[in-house]
Order: sequence, then structure tokens, then C-alpha cells
Amino acid sequence: MENKAFHHALKIRQDVCIGCSHCMRVCPTEALRVRNGKAELYENRCIDCGECFKVCPTSAIIIEQDDFNKIFNYDYRVALVPSIFTGQFSDEITATAVTSILLKLGFNEVIEVETSVELLKEEINNYIANNKHTKPVISSFCPAIVRLIQVKFPSLVENLMLIKPPLDITSAYIKKKLQDKGVSDDQIGIFYITPCAAKIAAVKSPVGEDKSEVTGVLNMNLIYNKVLKSLVGLNDSEKEISSNRECLTGNSLIWSLTNGEASQINGRSLAIDGIYNVIEFLEKIENEEISDIDFLELRACDESCAGGVLTSGNRFLTVERLHKRVDDSIKLDDKCPNSKILDYKESLRSSMAISEINPRSMMKLDEDMAKAMKKMERSNRLMCFLPGIDCGSCGAPSCQALAEDIVQGKAAISHCIFLQKTMEQTRKLNPNHSFRIMEKIWGKDRFEKNCNKIDKSKRFH
Amino acid sequence: MTMHFEYKIEGGDFTRAGYASSQVKRSLKQLNVDPKVIKRVVVALYEAEVNVVAHAYSGIIEVYIDTEKIKMILTDKGPGISNIELAMEMGFSTATPEVREMGFGAGMGLPNIKKNSDEFKIESEVGIGTKLEIVVFIKQ
Repeated sequence: MENKAFHHALKIRQDVCIGCSHCMRVCPTEALRVRNGKAELYENRCIDCGECFKVCPTSAIIIEQDDFNKIFNYDYRVALVPSIFTGQFSDEITATAVTSILLKLGFNEVIEVETSVELLKEEINNYIANNKHTKPVISSFCPAIVRLIQVKFPSLVENLMLIKPPLDITSAYIKKKLQDKGVSDDQIGIFYITPCAAKIAAVKSPVGEDKSEVTGVLNMNLIYNKVLKSLVGLNDSEKEISSNRECLTGNSLIWSLTNGEASQINGRSLAIDGIYNVIEFLEKIENEEISDIDFLELRACDESCAGGVLTSGNRFLTVERLHKRVDDSIKLDDKCPNSKILDYKESLRSSMAISEINPRSMMKLDEDMAKAMKKMERSNRLMCFLPGIDCGSCGAPSCQALAEDIVQGKAAISHCIFLQKTMEQTRKLNPNHSFRIMEKIWGKDRFEKNCNKIDKSKRFH
Repeated sequence: MTMHFEYKIEGGDFTRAGYASSQVKRSLKQLNVDPKVIKRVVVALYEAEVNVVAHAYSGIIEVYIDTEKIKMILTDKGPGISNIELAMEMGFSTATPEVREMGFGAGMGLPNIKKNSDEFKIESEVGIGTKLEIVVFIKQ
């Protein structure tokens, strides 16, 4: 199943992209190039982390989602909401109010993804106790991290925890519960409100699972707007429709925040957020420079899911609000009046495992080692000629990336602006020709007088 | 065809320890070597690198890669090892307290290198230095 085409939730709109290369410079897996004046994606390198989405000045990078009206194709519509969604809104808009509005928007049931965290926690602790020989166990919570390890740290794939994330367990639970109520499968629509692109990719092409129970995915920023719009003009009593929300224990709520997992797992656990921090740390784990860690919580986004690319609220305030919700729930001494998930404990436990995750290294220059060696030698030789300043004028993020593209037949030496100058001087390259090369990379528009193109770039800063 | 890389090691510079193993790791990934083999190579090389940093004055790492094996030769100028048999025992260490304080010198180095290699040779002359030869086969 690893051979399936990779589904990416991130798409580049060719009609909007101005080829400004901001995305190319921030991509942690060097998956982007600029060609013909547009950003181009190397699909097998992309891990759907969304760094490109954050920096795009023209909103040319979009995150595909299902049409909201698709929910009405189902008789029983469930909104599967991560707890950070309730932290998007200002303090006077309570979690209950958010739930009420979601019901008004057309859902029959609202359930928080973290509902299954208590069960999961137990399972993870057992898993770590039974896997003493593979240290550290790396959480499979963040799909961008799972993909990062597959493509960039293949030897650490075996450290990935083979347990489903809360999203999958909670969706399996809600499905079973509804089936028991007599609702038939095709009437159930489970819609996940996602804070990021990686979760969409995980639902559409799961790693280590055949199929996700989630019917569709809706972007959090879209639902945020819908909720705020519906709130206008409502009085307090209208906001607080009582609903049968499943009860969450305080600490479950913060599972998706930084240190949410690590603080609740037995043994020596560490939490790291931010994709570059994670990469730095994994390099050390791979060399076994760091040992004796039992559990690693790794998240691609700064402040974890609170910093997801599709969130609208400020991530630091979201974290603060969720911690406040935890405090409130402890004060209220919430005794979980309807914690029905425990009735399904046994059947859910039996389906929590995910099958083997395979590495799919993006770094290899060739399948065949002898050929790869030849290519590497050539790329090393090329590096002697390239300027080593990683200017990006060739349309690749670094000199090294250009050299590797060249030996794989995806670029040419003459794409380097420094080598162009050298070749022009020794009359190996005609200035008109080198101009055409640059036009081919960056598009004709880049060379035309246009005050607007700078405006567009400024919008980002 | 054999690829050849060379790295210098500065004795006492723990901040740079791991540089050579990271470079070799990157190359092996590009050469599509089995991740399990890469892991053994980098673990052995990192331990060996730290040994030179911790005990010797300076050293050189030579790495030879062909389609059959990865061969690493670490030659250092340093105090040498007076009793190699003893040094090969788990937990034996002559590391100074300063080195131990930095989290190194647990006496796991040489045995761990041997465990991760297919061929392992060590020669040492007291007062001159140590030469370590590690081979890991690509097809296990």
C-alpha cells in the first residue's frame, strides 16, 4: 500500500502563483523548485507540513477540503472536533456555545477528537513497556512527522509507535456507537474539522491503515468563519443549547498541545515542536548520540496543533484558553456523567494497532547503488564549481539541491547564474541564451517593469 | 568503484563530535543503502569519533564505500591503549571525570563499535596512537 500515489492536501494554484520562491526557501524536505515562473512540487518529497502555505504571499497554495454541503448527503452527521477548535475563540464564547453553533449549522452530534485519549494513553503505556528494545518510541500522532521520518529518517521508521492517533480511535468509536443505535453505515457521515494539511493527507491516504473511518474533512478556518457568523445576534440563552457532549477529563483536552502526550506518558518522555527542531533532534537520535529516552512526542508545528496552518486564533492564546478549560473542568469536579466510550473499551482496543510503516527514502540518487555512486561523484564534482551561496537563482533551494537535480537529469549546469557568467566570459555561452535560460526558470514577467510584483511580495512582510 | 571521504578530528572538541558520522550518513542515504546498515555504520562511527575526541590529540577518519562494504579507518595521535583486551570489556573506561561529566566515557565505546561492525581491527602503540579499522557489509 505504500506504493499508492501520495495524496497531498496542499495544491499549488498555477494561475495565482507568481514564482516568488518563498515556499521553496522554507520547505524542510527541499520538495519545491521554481520552473517556468511557477512553484513546482516533487510529490514524493512533500510531507504536507504546510510551511509553504504559511509563507505564500499570494495565497497560491491551497489546502483542498470537502464541500461543506457534502455533510447533508448523510442522515446522521457527526462533527469530529479537535479541542483546539474551542480555543480559537475569545473567552466569552465557551466550548458549549461552539458545540451549539455546530449543531445549528447542521450536525447531529459533536464529539471532541480527544474523547479517546484516556484509552489511548493506557495503550501507549503498555506499548512502551512491551517495546523495551526499540528506544525511543516515537509518537505517530502528527502525520507530518510520520511522513518526515519515512522520507528523511528511514532508519527510525521502526521507532514509530504502531498505534492509531486519537482521531482514528474516536471516529471508530462514534461509528460503532451509531451502528449500535441502528444507524446504517451509509447514513453515517463523520466530518473532521482539521487544523492542518497533514491530517487531511492522513485521512485521504493513511499510512499503515487501509482506510480511514472519517467520511470527509473540513478546514478549521472555514468552520471558524461559519461559527462566528452564526454567533452574530444570538443572545446568551440561544448560545447555550444543552447538548449531550461526551465528557473529557481535564488532561485529555491538552493532548494535541506541546507536551500534551509527553507529560502523560510513563518513563522519560520528551516533547519537541517545530519541524526544524524535530529534524535537528532526529539527526542526533539516528546517530544514537541521545539514548535512554522512552518516548518522543514530535510535532511539526510551533505550539503543536494550536499552531496548525488552518487555525485562525493566535496559537499562544489558544494554548492559554485550553489550559483554562482544564482548570475549569477540574474545579467543576467533572465526574464524566456520560463517558460511554468506556463501554467500547475492549472492541476499540482490538483495533487500535496500525500495521507496519515502510520507509520511502527521498534521498537516494538511484535505486542501484553503483549508479547512485556515479551520480554522487558527479554531484560532488559539480559542487566544486557551484558558488555555495544558496542564492536560489537557479530555481533550486541550494547549490547541493541543484547539483543533485542535475545528476538526476532534472536541471542543467547552465541554470546557475554564476556559471553562466563564467561561461559568458569564456564565450561558451551566448548572453542571449543565458537570458532565455533565466526567463525559462523565472518566467518572462520577472524581467518586465511592474511595480505590482514587488507589492505582491511586500504583502507577506 | 570506490568512494573515498576523509575527515579530520580535533582532540577535545566535543561540540564537533558527530560531524563525520552525519556526513557519512547523508551519503549512505543518497546511495540507497539499507537503513539498518546505515544505522550500524553511523553508530559505530560516532562512537569511534567520540573516542578520538575524548582520548587523543588529533585524528583522521578515512571512509571507503563500494557496493560490497563500508570501511572506516580512524587513525589518531594520542596516548594509545596499554591493554586492548581490557579496553574491549563493557564498562571499562579511562575517561577523565571531565569527560564523564559531559555524558561520555561510560566504557561502552569499543564494545559497542565491535557489536555494530562485521570486521573490527584495533592496533595501538602506547604514547603514539591508535588505529581502528571497522568494516560493515552492505548485504547482510
